[in-house]
Amino acid sequence: MKFWHFSEQSMHPAWDHIDGPTKVVVDNRFCDPQVAHRLYNRYLDEWIVADQLGYNIFVNEHHASANCMSASCLLTLAILARETKQARLLCLGVPVTNRSDPYRVAEELAMVDVISGGRLEIGLVKASPFELAMSNQSPARIMERNWEAHDFIVKALTHRGKPFSWEGEFFNYRNVNIWPRPFQEPMPPMWITASGPTTGRRVAELGSVCATFFNGAGTKPLYDAYKETYLKTHGRPASIDRFAYLAIMVCGRTAADVDTRVKKVKAYLEVQPRTPKAWSNPPGYETVEANAGALRMGKTGRVNFGLPQNPSLQDMADGGIMFAGTPDQLYDQISSFSDRVGGVGQLLMLAQAGHLSHEETVDSMTLFAQEVAPRLRDYAAHKDQELVQAA
Amino acid sequence: MFMTALPERHEIAGVTLEYIVKGQGQPILFLHAGHGVDADDPLVALLARTHRVYAVSHPGFGASTLPVYVTTVDDLAYIYLDLIEALDLRDVVLVGVSFGAWLAVEIATKGATRIAELVLIDAVGVKLSDRETRDILDIYATTIEEIPALYFKDEARGRAVMGDLDFRAMSEDAVTRFARNREAMVLFGWSPTLYNPKLPSRLHRITQRVLLLWGADDKVVSVDYGRRYARAFPDARIEVIDDAGHYGYLEQPAAFAARISTFLALQTVNA
Repeated sequence: MKFWHFSEQSMHPAWDHIDGPTKVVVDNRFCDPQVAHRLYNRYLDEWIVADQLGYNIFVNEHHASANCMSASCLLTLAILARETKQARLLCLGVPVTNRSDPYRVAEELAMVDVISGGRLEIGLVKASPFELAMSNQSPARIMERNWEAHDFIVKALTHRGKPFSWEGEFFNYRNVNIWPRPFQEPMPPMWITASGPTTGRRVAELGSVCATFFNGAGTKPLYDAYKETYLKTHGRPASIDRFAYLAIMVCGRTAADVDTRVKKVKAYLEVQPRTPKAWSNPPGYETVEANAGALRMGKTGRVNFGLPQNPSLQDMADGGIMFAGTPDQLYDQISSFSDRVGGVGQLLMLAQAGHLSHEETVDSMTLFAQEVAPRLRDYAAHKDQELVQAA
Repeated sequence: MFMTALPERHEIAGVTLEYIVKGQGQPILFLHAGHGVDADDPLVALLARTHRVYAVSHPGFGASTLPVYVTTVDDLAYIYLDLIEALDLRDVVLVGVSFGAWLAVEIATKGATRIAELVLIDAVGVKLSDRETRDILDIYATTIEEIPALYFKDEARGRAVMGDLDFRAMSEDAVTRFARNREAMVLFGWSPTLYNPKLPSRLHRITQRVLLLWGADDKVVSVDYGRRYARAFPDARIEVIDDAGHYGYLEQPAAFAARISTFLALQTVNA
């Protein structure tokens, strides 16, 4: 198993002052640049610690959000490419349907890969529905645009020689010529996010890492679809490193430590879903069938997390939302969740969330790295053998 | 607006269009608003007393198909021009509501020879104010629950038209139509939001008489916008109808039908 330290670079000190939505329409006077300056540097420090502890690094981006101040994951990675030495650097991801210019995305990816000496891992995501409000890109036909952007970026990064042209349905370029080309040959590894089997199958055909976020019970059908298609397409079973899962991670030496930290982290679960209702699911983002089905079930927005009221630690671990506990408890929670979904090989760890302080975050990361990660590495190696034999 | 399918089908330019035709007389092509049209539209019924009214679901709306190459209001306008020719409509009156009124203007700027007059009800389609002032409400930043209060003067009436927004009680077909209409509106109207920047410079091509009808209580596009829109045509007038919102034609169908009837009768006198 590989471990990826992740932080959303939140403006959490502002949360207590914000009523209603924490994104899209939230007044930007809640974001004090002095506080943001301090926090950005704190979060960067935590990634540097992660590098020293043997973690890989995972960054994301959101827009107009008190929950994530990273406006560009490649800006953050550009800094970390220089500031870290060992860690793989994953952007997960570049929201390609929000980007009007995938050429620019390809250039920036290649630049980070070269500066870091070939440590980049490329994650592409569709886009959060509510961020189409800022990017102004249309939710209609978003998946078609998503795949064309993907195909273009792959071609741009792998093409060698004279410039090529691209006259697609959504993107037009007369002279594509990526300087520098990526450090890694033919290009950095690719990750794609998915939540359901349809996208999962497409990701399997491409052989990319299939990453899913807080997906709980949706994870097994997704991974199963991936495995089936991967075997059919590539003629060999998918190894466990194709399966990535994101959850919140809290580690503590004692039950009391864990309890204190979980209380601070829980604010994330309350704040993160506060999306203006009109932007939670703009028409076109999901299929007509999905939208009509949801309406007939009496739902008019998207549901985040899907936890019961006042969830227990076990509820949150079972739901694949938060793994929190002492090292022994964490090993049990994560290995049993992995068993239930069919094998997780890449653990994406939201290790700073809510009001968790720098000291607490670093302590939690350190404890996990020393006492949980080695055992999970062994677990995953065995699980990988199991998967190969099962296939 | 979206509850029931239209009974007829017509294949044109690779699109299967659902439509309904009612009444006898000079043809009217009714172009529906963003939330669609169904077989029981009250304005269509009133106009059909004196005219032959064709009400069609635009491609992507209702049960009309949406080939991948149909992505813009331009595409819709050309499909309607094909349809007008295929049905051999002559001296046809275009009656459009909201998004449908924009479509009517696009059709008439592209090929007006078969068009007698235009009636534009609470129309969108042009940008008139400066770059930092919206003319048209950003409907995409609103929720389903807000529809009755936003689109109607009388929220209760709006709720009734919208089936009380009780999608669990509606037929599967009605809910699918509602969802398709919403997605199609995103495809055709997302950005620039519900207007074509090129349209004002083409309005001189519409030499026919144009009647704009406006709900006095329209919260999507104001009466003032309607007045300015009217001045952009060579020959247009605007009439404002009380106790009517953006979908006022559903609140006061008789009042709208009467204004249209008077307007069209005038043409006959002068002909």
